[in-house]
Amino acid sequence: MKQWQLLFTGCLIFSVPIVFAATDAGKQKLQSSYELMSAENKAMQDDPSLNPAMFWVGDGEALWNKPSAQNNKSCASCHGNVQKSMRGVATAFPKMIKGRLQTLEGQINQCRVGAQGALALPYDSKELLSLTALIANQSKGMPITVRETPENKAAMQKGRQSFYERMGQLNLSCAQCHEERAGLKLGGSFIPQGHPNAYPIYRLEWQTLGSLQRRLRNCMSGVRAQQYEYGSPEMAQLELFLMWRARGLPMESPGVRP
Amino acid sequence: MSKTSRTSISMPSSAKKGSIIEIRAIAQHDMESGFRYTEGGKLIPRDIIRVFTCTYNNVEVFKADFYSGIGANPLIIFTTLATETGTLEFKWTGDDGYEAVNQANLTVT
Repeated sequence: MKQWQLLFTGCLIFSVPIVFAATDAGKQKLQSSYELMSAENKAMQDDPSLNPAMFWVGDGEALWNKPSAQNNKSCASCHGNVQKSMRGVATAFPKMIKGRLQTLEGQINQCRVGAQGALALPYDSKELLSLTALIANQSKGMPITVRETPENKAAMQKGRQSFYERMGQLNLSCAQCHEERAGLKLGGSFIPQGHPNAYPIYRLEWQTLGSLQRRLRNCMSGVRAQQYEYGSPEMAQLELFLMWRARGLPMESPGVRP
Repeated sequence: MSKTSRTSISMPSSAKKGSIIEIRAIAQHDMESGFRYTEGGKLIPRDIIRVFTCTYNNVEVFKADFYSGIGANPLIIFTTLATETGTLEFKWTGDDGYEAVNQANLTVT
């Protein structure tokens, strides 16, 4: 009995420093996965004449000014000049709007359905990606401003739980790679810290632009887990936690990644 | 893919006579290889850009043939000699009647 007690207290003593170590790891210097890319890929992201994602930004501009067939209202009818009205907007998403956690994509569709009387755009469709890229591009270089607030606390907690929870047949959590092993190698590539500061990204592997949720679904299928659905509350909560985790990191949207 | 799409050219607007200028030409295109299948098992037909040409005051100075192995949104970087002031015209043509044209002016001093 005494031995059991001793072992138990021993575990408690040891577990305390481990908890501190984990929070320290969470505070390690933020690094965008941009830093891990080749010089060529960096140049591709930085030079608008080389960045293929700029085509989507151009398409987004056209969509921004296009009146809807239903009530003849465009994004510009309410929001005016995108460069002024959308500056810095993407740094604060996902956020609580009328008691509901809303992602940037979700808010675009909310506007389309509510204000334009149009149908919601399918997730990861060319149109939705174009508008997201256009809006996110207005925050390029600005730091992520997502904070923990009384309103988003519950959602943040669920997102944090998703991040630290083991999932799938490989029984891995996001944190095991992107926090504990960030900077080490998986196969030939560095494991990034996994910050969502460049989305939507032009991923060379995809040969196209894709959303953060597409990338998250990638990882989930990689660990053989059931993927969260596009646009689901679980996705929004995880996005919220990831943005909070990357707070202060400058936005790079639209980024280029290998 | 639509019959035309966005393109972008970056090159100097002026150059010294006889100097070499670098031209970057990128076109928005899915470059569907023709080797992929849908989830239902149906072959997706090939839809790619076939030819890219650059003419300098109506003289062809560069030409490239594209094939299925070339990725989406192809970027071509090439050089030419700045011989005289004028217009460079860039033309991409491809499957399904695809055609895109872009122009840039060059002042030679």
